[in-house]
Amino acid sequence: MNRQMMKGNEAIAEAAVQAGCRFFFGYPITPQNEIPEYMSRRLVEVGGQFVQAESEVAAINMVYGAAGTGARSMTSSSSPGISLKQEGISYIAGAELPCVIVNIVRGGPGLGSIQPAQSDYYQATRGGGHGDYRMPVYAPASVQEAVELTQRAFDVADKYRTPVMILGDGIIGQMMEPVTMPEYTAPAFDRSWAATGWKEGCGRERAVINSLYIQPDVLEKHVNKLARKYAAISENETMVEELYMDDAEYAVVAYGTTARIALTAVRRAREDGVKVGLIRPVTVWPFPEKAIEDAAGRVKGMLAVEMSLGQMIDDVRLAARDRCPVRFYGRTGGIVPGVREIHAAIHAMKEEL
Amino acid sequence: MNLQMIFAGFGGQGVLLMGQLIAYAGMLSGKEVSWMPAYGPEMRGGSANCSVVVSDEPVGSPKVEDADVVVAMNKPSMAAFEKSVVPGGLLIYNSSLIDDKPKRADIRAVPVPVSEISSELGSPKVANMVMLGAVAKLTGAFSAEELVDALRHKLGSAKEGMMQMNREAIDRGMAVAEG
Repeated sequence: MNRQMMKGNEAIAEAAVQAGCRFFFGYPITPQNEIPEYMSRRLVEVGGQFVQAESEVAAINMVYGAAGTGARSMTSSSSPGISLKQEGISYIAGAELPCVIVNIVRGGPGLGSIQPAQSDYYQATRGGGHGDYRMPVYAPASVQEAVELTQRAFDVADKYRTPVMILGDGIIGQMMEPVTMPEYTAPAFDRSWAATGWKEGCGRERAVINSLYIQPDVLEKHVNKLARKYAAISENETMVEELYMDDAEYAVVAYGTTARIALTAVRRAREDGVKVGLIRPVTVWPFPEKAIEDAAGRVKGMLAVEMSLGQMIDDVRLAARDRCPVRFYGRTGGIVPGVREIHAAIHAMKEEL
Repeated sequence: MNLQMIFAGFGGQGVLLMGQLIAYAGMLSGKEVSWMPAYGPEMRGGSANCSVVVSDEPVGSPKVEDADVVVAMNKPSMAAFEKSVVPGGLLIYNSSLIDDKPKRADIRAVPVPVSEISSELGSPKVANMVMLGAVAKLTGAFSAEELVDALRHKLGSAKEGMMQMNREAIDRGMAVAEG
């Protein structure tokens, strides 16, 4: 397919359809409404089903049901709506079902604003719902990358039988950029676990989709099995981009939209003679600990930049293991930090460290 | 090329479409582009603006702060974005609706009477295309053909009947910009 201009939200929806997603359940909320709008039209064309549910809680439980049959299914929302979905996400993680959840983050807490934010980082990377679980979380920084990561998300969800999140923000959702839809072929996955209708003599055992393990020893065994899965995901699926890091004396760490604004600021600081690079976590869970740890041993300081009061910075500090100081610059409430502000924060770090 | 632009005006003046067409034209000529609307609880008659970047390199920040070009379609937009123009940059404003003169002396300010021109053409709806013609001429970034191609790409073949009128509007905008 040729390059075409697409809004991030529409591109995510089309990428999902091309990845074989045939079931979408959602409830409207700004700034992600183009996703359900697009799906309501598009899924009909490919023989899928779109349901505008009566609530976010209903939508995630519809995903739970559809995913239980092994079908590729998805929901999307924005921050307050994602909070409502947390119980369902925990159940899906516990029942080990594959699905994709898109969060086009807006300012919080509460109803907050409809402007871009990254203040759901803790919720996204620490599970969000109850119980010992993790969830791969992809943070695209462009519309093209949103497409590629959405398709990867479906594969990773199937490979590990886990919910996977796309963590965008209002800019990723609303911005238009040229997109080339990749040629996508779904790998083959074992779906013998799926509940697709059991009959006497059908040659397999009943598929039971469940997250209730009433005996503690049985649940512990289950949770330990999940832990091995999360260790495998950390080992195999961590993604990070490093730019201008080869000779860097300072590093900016940022993800998503903030990373590309920071990249412009990094280039400007390089023009001033500051040897600064950018580390961009593409997966925020699993977090690219190794890249941060290695860089922390080489640089004089790191600067975490986020559209929040500072959430990812905790992961940066944990990974940096005190090998270098970590400073912070952020805006919140739906304010997007500008190139000038980040550029000034880079110079302030250089002056101090 | 690394052209950073802001388009601003009332909702309904075709401000977002102007930005999209510049982005489309950039994409069709092989550039890296981004289009970012200021979104919010906007409505017809409210304010609208968008950032557009057309570049030879992958686009960094899609949100333009320091604009090479600001296009102001109404008074509040000029008041809000005149300060965003880089020294030596370009402020193109709709002199049909803006009777104030820009304050800054370190930028190039060009008035374009888009309403008068589009009325002469017989369609007030093409006022934004007049402005787009002026933008293309003053930046030297695009030809009239490229803008019409972008419009075709955006609207599809069903709207082919409208292309002639839009082409005329773009040409008139270019002519006015030439002075």
